[in-house]
Order: sequence, then structure tokens, then C-alpha cells
Amino acid sequence: MKRQSLDNPSDTSLSRVDGAVKVTGAATYSAEYAIPGLVHAVLVTSTIAKGSITAIDSREAEAVPGVLAVISHLNAITVPGWPAKKLPAERVAAGTALRVFYDPLIYFDGQPVAMVVAATHEQAVHAASLVRVTYQQEAHQTHFEKNIGQAGIPQNVQRAKNSPFQDYERGDASALRNADVRIEAEYTIPTQHHQPLEPHAIIAVWEAEDKLTVYDKNQGVKSAQGQLAQAFKLPRENVQVVATYIGGAFGSGIRVWPHTMAAVMAAKQLKRPVKLVLGREQMFTSVGYRPYTKQKISIGAAKDGRLAGIVHEGTGQTSMYEEHLERTVLASRALYACPHVATRYRLLPLDVNTPTWMRGPGDATGMFALESAMDELAYALKTDPLEFRLKNYAESDPERNLPWSAKSLRECYELGAEKIGWKNRLPEPRSVRRNGMLLGYGMASSLYGFHRHPSRARAVMHADGSVIVQSATMDIGPGTGTAMTRIATKVLGVNAKKVRFDLGHSALPDAPGQNGSSTIPSVGSAVHVACEALKSKLVTLAGEMSEKFRPGAEVVARNGKIFSSADDKDGLSYTDILKHHRLNELEVTEASKSGAERDQYSMYSFGCHFVEVEVDPLTGEVRVTRVVTCADVGAIINYKTARSQSIGGVVGGIGMALMEHSEMDHRFGRYVTTDFASYHIPVHADVPSIEVYYIDKPDVQANPIGSKGLGEIAIVGVAGAIANAVFHATGKRVRELPITPDKLI
Amino acid sequence: MDLDHDAIPPDVPDEDRRFFLKQSMFFAGLSMAPADFLQAALAPDDGPVGNAVKVKLSLTVNGKRRRISIDPRMTLLDLLRENMGLTGTKKGCDFGQCGACTVHVDGRRTLSCLTFAVMQHGAKVTTIEGLSDGEKLHPLQEAFIKHDGFQCGYCTPGQVMSGVACIREGHAGSADEVREYMSGNLCRCGAYPNIVDAILEVKKEGTKV
Repeated sequence: MKRQSLDNPSDTSLSRVDGAVKVTGAATYSAEYAIPGLVHAVLVTSTIAKGSITAIDSREAEAVPGVLAVISHLNAITVPGWPAKKLPAERVAAGTALRVFYDPLIYFDGQPVAMVVAATHEQAVHAASLVRVTYQQEAHQTHFEKNIGQAGIPQNVQRAKNSPFQDYERGDASALRNADVRIEAEYTIPTQHHQPLEPHAIIAVWEAEDKLTVYDKNQGVKSAQGQLAQAFKLPRENVQVVATYIGGAFGSGIRVWPHTMAAVMAAKQLKRPVKLVLGREQMFTSVGYRPYTKQKISIGAAKDGRLAGIVHEGTGQTSMYEEHLERTVLASRALYACPHVATRYRLLPLDVNTPTWMRGPGDATGMFALESAMDELAYALKTDPLEFRLKNYAESDPERNLPWSAKSLRECYELGAEKIGWKNRLPEPRSVRRNGMLLGYGMASSLYGFHRHPSRARAVMHADGSVIVQSATMDIGPGTGTAMTRIATKVLGVNAKKVRFDLGHSALPDAPGQNGSSTIPSVGSAVHVACEALKSKLVTLAGEMSEKFRPGAEVVARNGKIFSSADDKDGLSYTDILKHHRLNELEVTEASKSGAERDQYSMYSFGCHFVEVEVDPLTGEVRVTRVVTCADVGAIINYKTARSQSIGGVVGGIGMALMEHSEMDHRFGRYVTTDFASYHIPVHADVPSIEVYYIDKPDVQANPIGSKGLGEIAIVGVAGAIANAVFHATGKRVRELPITPDKLI
Repeated sequence: MDLDHDAIPPDVPDEDRRFFLKQSMFFAGLSMAPADFLQAALAPDDGPVGNAVKVKLSLTVNGKRRRISIDPRMTLLDLLRENMGLTGTKKGCDFGQCGACTVHVDGRRTLSCLTFAVMQHGAKVTTIEGLSDGEKLHPLQEAFIKHDGFQCGYCTPGQVMSGVACIREGHAGSADEVREYMSGNLCRCGAYPNIVDAILEVKKEGTKV
């Protein structure tokens, strides 16, 4: 079923269940809890990229009225889960998360070195400006290009022989040498930052000596609970993490970062609830980023357009204290039917903070290179870029030699091509103008692996027929509660207004964090089976009231009633069933996880993007004027919110392709892009109307709801499609993002 | 800085009116006043706050008169969020670059993070909490829900306040015009096309906003 707009009457999807609280400002985000006795913290961060602190003079800061403490490695509490401090301090081996206020060592510019806690925010800000830190500076290395020779195989990969990041080869990649047409090129993606609109924030409250509650912006309350419990050596249940509303994250909230620890430590030390909100400039050095990555692709094809080989190499940036690995080169193994493929992945440690996953991690980066190369090769072959992709369509997974669980990428291509009018596109680059602007069309494919993690959900039916469904999953924006409500209403046949879905609290049943497009596949499945189990319990109870209901038999559920068959005119209402059995409520908790299908099928979400751009021939300014995005993610659970997620991915891709670039002054190892005036993200005027299409065919192998992840494929490939459209418009192949005017004139 | 005397509500008792006039004369000269004059002109109220003293302030927020004594370094945004519990107005960047903190001051859209609270004597401030009529949502709030004009919801109060102003200003004539006049409100989730649809629909329906 294909739907094209909100106006489509066949679309019965729900508006966001939390819509009213969000548009009225009533939704409470992490920094907004009114906690009695709350005090305010402000971080002081390092101004050198490598070295150690020799002294911290906090006398002036401490004299500011209202200041309660200036906390640093000199006076911070001991975190019981951390190893005893060494004297003199020693630099950690790669693989150790940064321990805040632990020792005097500096690993990057912007590292927290002290924290002022005061009665008011204004007092804390002022006092933080008075903390004097002196350092012994060491020479730092932050320049990726100058140090790329130091890149190597990650230690993680050296240790794990079955790591997916091991060097890979199938067939004989040297076959490339004999290809009829061959190209080889380098691609650069600069460091890019998530920069969600809500800065990361935490309120830490020690309810008792051994009981902690944090209101923290993160993407996984259960993993945050586990990490904090481990750090403070507490039983898990003594730590509660609340993150009901999250103002965007895109990956920046997957980990427990040093600033979170800092607030929890300060709250413990001062025996007061402490609130810490990162400044926008601190968001550049505190919560990760998409790493600077350089790639090289050699790709060749026979004259008939069949791929002869792909060699894809990638080197990403990481910190000196941790190895951050991502899927940069992996898509090249699975996307096309190519007999000879080799991939190599390397890391370059620098004196910077650790990168992290950012929407479409690795794949968005790698797909820019692969799909740019595919486009370039299509031009070299004098063939249509879309036709070239169809000619090399992988009917099964060429990497794992397994059938796809489902794949409708061909239908995506056809639909997208039809909607953008691909067949009318004149192949010659720089051949069409519209209102004086160079006009271009480009396309790219998208893919992202299927991730389903063990999840639990509780479903409770109340005497009045209302249903509460709970799981410790998250909503960083996609509309998790809305989708889960939709699943529950479908299974139980109740009105959405009768359903409440609780998430974002660590006391709820286990669920994975919101990352890797795994929420609907994982938690959606758990909600589905929990509601099915609840229904089946109700059917059993109904069987004691009427013979037509037999335990385990199929029933039809609608309008708060169950019917023995579609023809059954007299259903039994849930309220009557509970009343008859004198039950105030009926509860089930169910778990759901992958089974043998994981090894029998290769599972991916697929998609493609078609882009129209206008480029000003005089200034080189690129405007994206139209986007058609198509996705094959199995069944669409709630079209309205899914569509928004797809649109959001495209907008993120526009930023990635045309604007986003975190620039560093390497003399200091310091970002000079520290705000939205210097780090540009798309604004209203940069975004055209975006058309979204889904194949909407359940993947019955994937999970009980037949639905795969959408969040990542929405952005993966967008930058490539834009770069390809820019080439078509201008004849210039830009292989270094972002595509700014200086690269086109 | 100019503080319109007409902005003082007529129902202000005399004592308050004198306070207002004194403050307004003082603020008229603020930009030229040396720091120690600042100290002398205002008797400390609740004692020192860092290097400054508290300042009395009266303003109307969402139709309700508020008289308070505040740290002069406090922004209007922090006053709303930290002192008045009106956390619907969001802090996104604190540099006036993202629009999440947009409120209406005397009917004009204003970045509350770039506005010191003490500059708002006598002003009428409307925040997102004051936009709806009790339980009944403002038409643009309804349209945001209908068109799914948000995801995470963090930029949403600012988008809605800006959107209402955009329509009132007469800058919602076309999609392109809306995009231009809404470009001060960033949305990292990328809900822009839906926001534009919501604004255009409310404008088209002609409902009074």
C-alpha cells in the first residue's frame, strides 16, 4: 500500500500521543524538574589539548556569594567503581572512558577540569569565569590529514578475530585491474556534531546515602542505570534514571558522559540536588561527534555495466583514550552483487574527545563515498546511474551468502524514479538551466542493518477497559509512544484514547536504548507479544463465560470487545470480562527476542533518495529544491510519524552534504565552530518540501510485527544523492563534504 | 533603552507607579551609567548577588502581574524557567541563534535568552503556557499536532510562538515567505516542511491568532 500525503483518507495513523504536552510546553525535559533545594553547576573546561594541570586557584571563585564548592580532581569524591589513583598519574591505555575529576591529565581541549556549584545559575557562571587553572602543556596532535600515516588496525579488532572490522576480501579484488572501466578516488567527511536543540542536561539527586535518582538526557535509561550502579557500586534498583522527554539526541545520548558523572559526584559531595546544563559551546567537546573520516574507493565494471570489483578503505578519527569503530566500509560488502570486494578499516587516535555514533553511523559516511563512486562510474560507462544500480542489484546477500528476509529496493527505485521524473532527466552534466540556475538530479541507495534486541513489555487492562503498556524504551523524537500505542490498539482492538504507553524510566520492564533503528523492531515486538498475551488471557476468561470462546482460539478484537469470529455479532466487552471475574486489572509481562531466523536470513532496511538541486553558476550556492525519499522497512506502524522521521533524515542529510563542518584551530587543538552561527545546520529556508514513500510490505521473517528500522536509512545515502545531483548540475564532482560554494567556483 | 510609560498597567497602585517611573528613568540612562552609579542608584534588596545587587522588577507574564526582585544578570529566559517555573520556553543555545526561547514581549517575538529580565519593566510577556485558552489549544498548536510539526518537541514552543507572530506580522503569505520569516527557529529533527504546512493552514483558514 503506497500512501503519499497526510491528506490521504486511507491513512488512519495516529497523531502523536504526546502532541498536546509538547505544543503547550508542558512536557518536562531533563533540566526542568522542580526539585527542592536544587543548586546549579557550571563546568570549567581545559584550554589545552594535552598536558596536565599544575594548579587550580579557586579562591576568587569560592569568594563569590552563593558559591557552594569548586570541585576538581583536587577535592572530588572517590568514585568507588574506579581504580585507585596512581601517583604520579599515568595516561590510560586505549579503551578507558574518561574519568572526570580523577587526575590532572588532559586528553583534549574542552575536557572538564573543574565545576562550580552555586545557589543560582548566574552565580555559578560568574564564579566559573574566576577559576584559574594552570597547566604544563605538551605537544598535541589534532590534525587528521597530517597524522594519517599513524593510522592503524584498531586494537579491538586485533584482539577479536571475528570482528566485522577485520580486513575483508571475497573473490579476488585484484580483478579490478582488468576491469574495462575503473575509477579510484578519495572522499573526506569532516567532523560533524549532533547538536540536538536541547543541550545535554542532568539533575542528580541522592535520595539517601546509597540511593540515586538522575533526570538525565540520554537514549537508554537501562544502560545509564547499569553504568551508574557500577560506578557507585550500588545495586541496580538503587539507581533510577528518568528521561521521559528528550529534546533530540541523534546518538549523542547513547553513553553516560563525563558531565553526567560530574553532576552525580557533586550531588553526593554536597548532599544537594545538582543541576548541570551544558552550554552550546560545551556540546562540541562533551557528547561525541561523527568522526572525521577519509575513504578511498577503487571500483570497476565491465563494458556491459556489471561490477568487476570494489575496494573500499576507510580511516576514522578517534581519541587517545578510546577506540570508536563504525561501519564506514561495511555497506560495500552487501549492497551490490559484486564478486570481488575488499574492505579495510583503520583508526587514527588524536588528542581529541572520543567520537560516537551519529545518525546512520558509519553507513551515512560510507554510503556517501560508495554512492558517489557508483555515480561516477556510471558516467564513465556512459550509462544511467539508476540503470547501473539495477544491473548490479543483489538478489541475495553477497556478503553472507544468505537470502534476504525481504527486500523491495527495486520497487523503491521504481517509485522514486517515477515520482521525481527521472526518465526526463538529460544525462549530460551542466546541460540544463532553470531561471538562470544550473539544474541537476541525483540519486543514491540506502541500507542499514536490522537490529533487534531482547525487550520486555508489560500490558495491564483495567476494569474500565483502559490499557497501560510499559517498557523502559525511549523517545528521542520519532514518536515511540505513538507507535507503541498503535501496536497495542491493533492487537487489542481498543481506541487509542484508552491506551497509555509509559517509557523513559529505568523502573519499567527491560528495553534497549534508542539507537541503531532498533526500537520498533525490538520493543514493538515486545509490546505486540505482551498485548497478544493479554488478549489470550482475556479469551481464556471469556471462555468461562461463554462456550464460543476457547482458550488459544483466534478471536476478532474491536471496539473494546472480542468476537469469536468475524461473523460473530455478539462480542464480549473487556469491561464485562473483568467485571464477571471481579478483577480490577489484568496484567501480563512478556519478553521478545530474535530466534533462529537471524542465521537463516540476512536482514536490512533499504531505501533510496532522489534529489533535485539548483546551483547558482556565479556564486556556487547549492539549493536543494526537491527530494523524493523511498524506504522499504517492512510494515509501517504509524505512517504520520514515520513520514516525519524520513523527512528529518533527509534534512539531516542536507546539513551533512552542504553545511556541517566542525572546524578546529590546530595550533590550539580547539574547535572554532562553537555555536550555531559558526556550525551551520539547515534552517527553514534551506528545506524544500520532501516527498516520502514506503513500500509498506511486512517482512514476515524479521519479527512478529514485520517491521524494520527507519531512523538511519532516512539519512544514509542522502549526502551521496545531493553530491550526485550537484555533479549533474555543475559537472563538478565534489568528494569532500560539505559542498560549500568555494568548492564549486 | 526605552521604556514606554504607557506600558505601565493603569491599575498599578501609586507606590508601584513611583517605582516604575524611577526604574524607567534609571533604565533610560543605563547604557551610559557607570558601574558605581548602578550600585548607588539601587538600594540592595536582598543583599549582594556576586558583584551585583538585586533589582526590583514588575512585569506581566501570561496576563498575571508579577513583582519580583532579581539578579540583574538574569536573562528573561532564566527568569521564566528558573524563577517562575515556566519551563515551556526552552534554552537551546543561550546565544540568540536557535529561537527555542522565543516569547512575545508586548506582542513582538523576542529572544528571551538575549534579553535581560530587568529590561522588561512593565512589559507584557506571553509564553507558550499563555498561548492556549485554558484547555483549548491555540489554532496553531492544533495545526502543529495535525501536521506533525515536531518530533522531539524541544524547539516546538519557540516555533509556535514565532509562527503565531509570523502570521500576525503578515509574513505567512506563501511557503517561501514562511520559510524566510521562520528561519530564526532551528529544528534539528527536521520538522520544517510540516511546520510550514501548519502555519500556512492556520493563515489560510483566517482564524484570528
